[in-house]
Amino acid sequence: MKTLRLTIDGVTVTAREGMSVLEAALEAGIYIPHLCHHPDLKPVGVCRLCLVEIAGRGMTISCKTPVEEGMVVKTESPDIELARRVAVELLIVNHHADCLSCAKDGACKLQEIARYVGIEEERLQRLRRTTRSLPVDSSNPFFLRDPNRCVLCGICVRTCEEIVGASAIDYAFRGYATVISTLGNRPIVQSRCESCGECVARCPVGALVPRQERNPAREVRSVCAYCGVGCGLYLGVRGNQVVRVRGAAESPVNRGRLCVKGRYGHGYIGHPERLTTPLIKRDGRFVEASWDEALDLVAARLAGYRGDQFAALTSARCTNEENYLLQKFTRAVMGTHNIDHCARL
Amino acid sequence: MTFEGLQRRARDEWQALSESAVPLIQVGTATCGRSAGASAVVDALREALQREATPALIMEVGCIGLCFAEPLVTIRKPGRPAVCYGHVNPERATQLVSEYLLRDNPLADWALGTVGEGRIEGIPELFETPVLRPQVRRILRNCGFIDPTNILHYVARGGYTGLVRALGMARGQIIDEIRRAGLRGRGGAGFPTWRKWQFCLEAPGEPKYVVCNADEGDPGAFMNRSLLESDPHSVLEGLLIDGYTVGAREGYIYCRAEYPLALERLHNALAQMREQGLVGENILGSGFSFDIHIKEGAGAFVCGEETALLASIEGRRGMPRPRPPFPATSGLWGKPTVINNVETLASVSLILQKGAEWFAEYGSEKSKGTKTFALVGKVKRAGLIEVPLGITLRDIVYGIGGGILGDKRFKAVQTGGPSGGCLPEALLDSPVDYESLTTAGSIMGSGGMVVMDEDTCMVDVARYFLDFTQKESCGECVPCRLGTKQMMDILTDITEGKGREGDVELLQEVALAVKKGSLCGLGQTAPNPVLTTIRYFRDEYEAHEQGRCPSKVCKALIRYRIVADKCKGCQICLRACPVGAISGERRQVHTIDVGKCIRCGVCLEVCPARFGAVECVTGQ
Ligand SMILES: Cc1cc2nc3c(=O)[nH]c(=O)nc-3n(C[C@H](O)[C@H](O)[C@H](O)COP(=O)(O)O)c2cc1C
Ligand code: SF4
Ligand code: SF4
Ligand code: SF4
Ligand code: SF4
Ligand code: SF4
Ligand code: FES
Ligand code: FES
Repeated sequence: MKTLRLTIDGVTVTAREGMSVLEAALEAGIYIPHLCHHPDLKPVGVCRLCLVEIAGRGMTISCKTPVEEGMVVKTESPDIELARRVAVELLIVNHHADCLSCAKDGACKLQEIARYVGIEEERLQRLRRTTRSLPVDSSNPFFLRDPNRCVLCGICVRTCEEIVGASAIDYAFRGYATVISTLGNRPIVQSRCESCGECVARCPVGALVPRQERNPAREVRSVCAYCGVGCGLYLGVRGNQVVRVRGAAESPVNRGRLCVKGRYGHGYIGHPERLTTPLIKRDGRFVEASWDEALDLVAARLAGYRGDQFAALTSARCTNEENYLLQKFTRAVMGTHNIDHCARL
Repeated sequence: MTFEGLQRRARDEWQALSESAVPLIQVGTATCGRSAGASAVVDALREALQREATPALIMEVGCIGLCFAEPLVTIRKPGRPAVCYGHVNPERATQLVSEYLLRDNPLADWALGTVGEGRIEGIPELFETPVLRPQVRRILRNCGFIDPTNILHYVARGGYTGLVRALGMARGQIIDEIRRAGLRGRGGAGFPTWRKWQFCLEAPGEPKYVVCNADEGDPGAFMNRSLLESDPHSVLEGLLIDGYTVGAREGYIYCRAEYPLALERLHNALAQMREQGLVGENILGSGFSFDIHIKEGAGAFVCGEETALLASIEGRRGMPRPRPPFPATSGLWGKPTVINNVETLASVSLILQKGAEWFAEYGSEKSKGTKTFALVGKVKRAGLIEVPLGITLRDIVYGIGGGILGDKRFKAVQTGGPSGGCLPEALLDSPVDYESLTTAGSIMGSGGMVVMDEDTCMVDVARYFLDFTQKESCGECVPCRLGTKQMMDILTDITEGKGREGDVELLQEVALAVKKGSLCGLGQTAPNPVLTTIRYFRDEYEAHEQGRCPSKVCKALIRYRIVADKCKGCQICLRACPVGAISGERRQVHTIDVGKCIRCGVCLEVCPARFGAVECVTGQ
């Protein structure tokens, strides 16, 4: 790919053809405030915060402007300062004021931008603060939707359309009444939402947050145990407990994405009812046994059968290797083709 | 049938009509006429003709634009000029039949003017009357004079000769013709039409599309509706020429669903074009194939913005997207697309029919041709007008409009609808062209022109327009969605006497941020009413800050009171007050309970003028 050179705030920056000015700046370590840009999504240019001045063109947004050879870009000017500061102030006075009780506190892009711009309390005092309070949608078992914290960046809408392909949500209504909504503005659980949580993972603020999630102390790279696809993920753990799962962006299998089970279905890992040893039925009751005992018992009983007397059913939760082994065992050892898999049912 | 054959048929029909042995009665039944009661007039005419057993032809026509005098009826008796009557109601209609048709008394008092050769005693020539003399009727030439449902009428008056001419020209030649005419987009921004077409023609990508923007969502604007209802083919011809020139095979007309009659006329016109081989495969045997689809909008102002309009045609939510890429390179379904306003396309037809030089006869250096405006508000003669660009605001307001209703003082004129600015008396002599209006802080827009008198509160006006843009913002970008709401909230506070120190500066700051930061034209122009009213009427803002509404409009800042030594105790106001706020015995001075009063102004209206005991006051 062709590389280009441009100047941002007097610094010469190299970029690849097709990149936006915003991407080039971010890659070069130059921060430009932005809310609606997300590296996984097509740019739409709606938050209007990523303003820059380009020599010969004047003020424009950087996320939709492709880099060009020799471009001279400024990220600060009085015009930028005014338009951006007012926009950020407006976002703040139209946003729920209690960051301390917000799950996103500390990781919120609006907080980050507010700190960058440097919010002055006296200026905020002049503005009319919203008195509106919209109901929180808590219908989904895995995440909450709080429209009072939404900045309408549209990242969730685009994620659902471009990445998930479900298109469960979109903008609805007009003007100040605009919200992100399901079809007919029903609770999200009644929509075609698959609860995959991809939008939740990308929401820059506290408008989409997981319901039960504690901050992990550390993360462990692993592979999802649910199915044979093998999505790469990070288990966020506290002590010996898994408290969060996130997709591993570097995994070629899922490129950071997960489905509802992989992302939210981790409760079984530490569940008190989870089986941790084999059980053998003795006198009509299951009793705990060792692996050796259990395997010996199975082997001894299987020896009494041959050919079509036997059938094996395997599971999508097993790895490819495990599935391969079972079909080999069924055909070569038991002498039958009676092998099937739950994914076909 | 060949085009010549069609023309022959059209001319024959037109001639038969003009030489008709029976009187021809034309009734303006565009939406404006209908809402003024034209349908009842038609019924009354039919009935009267039947009763009197007198033969006459009734023809429903579009709108001449004399809205102040609707319903309009034009009667042409054989051998006489046509007489145009205004304010016709069913009784007058009946009388016109019995007096003029039967007894040859032209009822000159009700006549607005005559049209055509010959004079009638006591009736001026319509086009020489003050409302029409300053006008140049080109785009509106057929409006109110032809049957808009009959393609032959359009053809008889030179229609589709522009298309025929274009089909014999190279594309570059057509673009050059439009360039020499100096035509600029009539939808608001005034972008040179030829350049847009050139970009699209040169853009890689197939197929290409052309789109006619008939969304017309500005409050107070009705130029496009009237033209589509009164002369739909003039627009359709332009769309065909547009399609041929840029190499499109398909065109769309995006028309708001609230224009049912315009849509009906378009569907009817399209069907007739299809019959005559003017749309579809191999148009007039030229090898050019082109089809037109009509798409109804659902009443969102923002869908008039070109990229939102395209999204809407594609079946998505009508939200603008940043440009570039411009539609000329990436428009409908990502293909090169030209979007033009209704009036732009009607001008294209004219340019191809009459030539670039003819078109450019009128206008100013950078704004050529004529332009229609919807002149409304506090003028004596509101209506749809067509004037040469470069005419002054004064000529429009005082010449055509006849001055201010009730001879009150002029205060401001708002051009460009909710996106425009309010211009004061001092600017009445500025020319109406794209550049001058922009310099003054307003815009040409699509042609809305609202006149305001001394009783108008400019802060309230700004609030009114902001209320509109705020509700119509698509909600997608931050400055527009939140900035218009913020300005609206501040303005509401000011009009309610709850303004705070520094509010005017704050308004200006937010306005600038919205203007510079917004994604589309809606947000970029929404602050104009705020900025211009602050610029030209700052004293009114200051008065409000001090608790006074100089025009006595803002309810929170006014009080009604009864002047003791004028009140005769007649009890008229007491009985009229809707909330029982007035008390007083017969022949005793009455008083208003300020706490109960809802400031409706009824007492002021009903207190007999000879007493004049109620007054409205503002401030301390
Ligand atoms: C909020 C908004 C509303 C608009 N509404 C209309 C409209 O109703 N009709 C129209 O022709 N142009 C409208 N425009 C302008 C169009 O975007 C576009 O510039 C125009 O249709 C181009 O045609 P023209 O070059 O022939 O003027 C609107 C623009 C904005 C920003
Ligand atoms: S919910 Fe989050 S991602 Fe979606 S629009 Fe609102 S802020 Fe953006
Ligand atoms: S959870 Fe997944 S399916 Fe549901 S709205 Fe978000 S992205 Fe779409
Ligand atoms: S300026 Fe207003 S109408 Fe235009 S895109 Fe932004 S929010 Fe939508
Ligand atoms: S303004 Fe209206 S409400 Fe008030 S006293 Fe007069 S009539 Fe009654
Ligand atoms: S109408 Fe006028 S004169 Fe009569 S009681 Fe009321 S204020 Fe007095
Ligand atoms: S990041 Fe560019 S407009 Fe939002
Ligand atoms: S802290 Fe930003 S949304 Fe909560």
